Amino acid sequence: MDFGKILTIAISMIFINNFILSKFLGLCPFLGVSKESKSALSMGFAVIFVMTTSSIITWLIYNFVLLRFNIGYLRTVTFILVIATSVQFIEMVIRRYSPPLYRALGIYLPLITTNCAVLGVTILNTGMSFLYSIIQAFFAGVGFLLALILMSGIRERLELIDVPESLQGIPIAFVVASLMSLAFMGFNGLRF
Amino acid sequence: MDNLLTPILTLTGLGIIFGAGLALAAKKFCVVTDLRLEKIYAQLPGTNCGACGKPGCIGFAEGLIKGTCSIEGCVVAEEKVREMIAGVLGVEHKDKLKKVAVLHCNGGNKRAGDKFEYSGIRSCLSANLIAGGPKACIYGCIGYGDCQRVCLFGAITMNEEGLPVVDEYKCTACGKCVAVCPKKLFSLTSADKKYSVRCRSLDLGKKVMQVCSVGCIACRKCEKACPVEAIKMIDNLSVIDYNICDNRGECFRVCPTKSIARKEDKLWKMHL
Repeated sequence: MDFGKILTIAISMIFINNFILSKFLGLCPFLGVSKESKSALSMGFAVIFVMTTSSIITWLIYNFVLLRFNIGYLRTVTFILVIATSVQFIEMVIRRYSPPLYRALGIYLPLITTNCAVLGVTILNTGMSFLYSIIQAFFAGVGFLLALILMSGIRERLELIDVPESLQGIPIAFVVASLMSLAFMGFNGLRF
Repeated sequence: MDNLLTPILTLTGLGIIFGAGLALAAKKFCVVTDLRLEKIYAQLPGTNCGACGKPGCIGFAEGLIKGTCSIEGCVVAEEKVREMIAGVLGVEHKDKLKKVAVLHCNGGNKRAGDKFEYSGIRSCLSANLIAGGPKACIYGCIGYGDCQRVCLFGAITMNEEGLPVVDEYKCTACGKCVAVCPKKLFSLTSADKKYSVRCRSLDLGKKVMQVCSVGCIACRKCEKACPVEAIKMIDNLSVIDYNICDNRGECFRVCPTKSIARKEDKLWKMHL
């Protein structure tokens, strides 16, 4: 375990290669669930949770099943299957054993089953070692959470501002998203 | 041949394993829910207004089954719905009188002037923070429509004078407007009451006259005129006790500033 490498992964995943603002993955929940900070927070935690757990499972399946049979090219199909199944399974378990957690994450869990950000992080992870892939997935989720919270904060303030009628709602959200993405491009200068 | 068979077999295998796993898990981790919960929840309005004091309609449905809530707790549901829920629960249901939100101010832009020009955020809550809002009468309606925005049922609209008008057909007496108004101008009143005081000013008559042409000047004419003594003068404001009031209407006829309002007959009969 190299602490420096973990830090590099963290900064890279949260800022430089932020999944929403640099890689443009997972834009659907980014615009859909960013109207209120509260739901954005729940969604973010749900994404962290799903990304971490599904990257553990997909890494194992990829390295021990797909590579063994020399069918690495099937990973996209397999990963979708694996992620959808694991999220369903986790949802059942949470619902049984922790109703408060189910109520907090419940509505958002099924939303992320086939989210491209989750699929993206698991595919990126296949080349790494097991431990680092989990860490990378976790911090990718944190980056997702950060972008979602920033966006929801801005959109909550937008509600109070006199936005031109033709730009109200989603159009102004797109403008905001592009400006945020431009700002995150500034982190590209950070190279280790 | 292997090139073709391995991927097919692997994927099929994975699919079967996952499918069987999920099927087993669904059996093992199933949560037993009360069948009545779904039925009751489907009947409830589903707006999650929170007027019942529970977190959303599903919370209220759970409360009903546990017996911690009563059917009347949902102020939004109509009588028909209440009866159906009572049927599901197997309890008897009593009628409940409909209530509506009533605004206690009649000083629109034309009748009550401003004391300064306000150009901040168009929200009553923000405007109220600056010297009690731009209206010359500090008790009066600011008119930026916080109540209109908070109403989940679209029952409140702002008229041309900048005053909210409650649509009594749509109003469910959920109490959101009562809570949001910074001047506390709304109250929930039984819908069968015809007369209401449209003023909340506690100022003396002279001051009221200076800022508004339809304010209550505490002249006590209504108090004297009321045959059943339902009106009391409290802190320079006439207040109707709706437990006594029986829609005689003397107060409306004697009020010199017309700060007591009468509901239209058509609207009033609807609730009887």
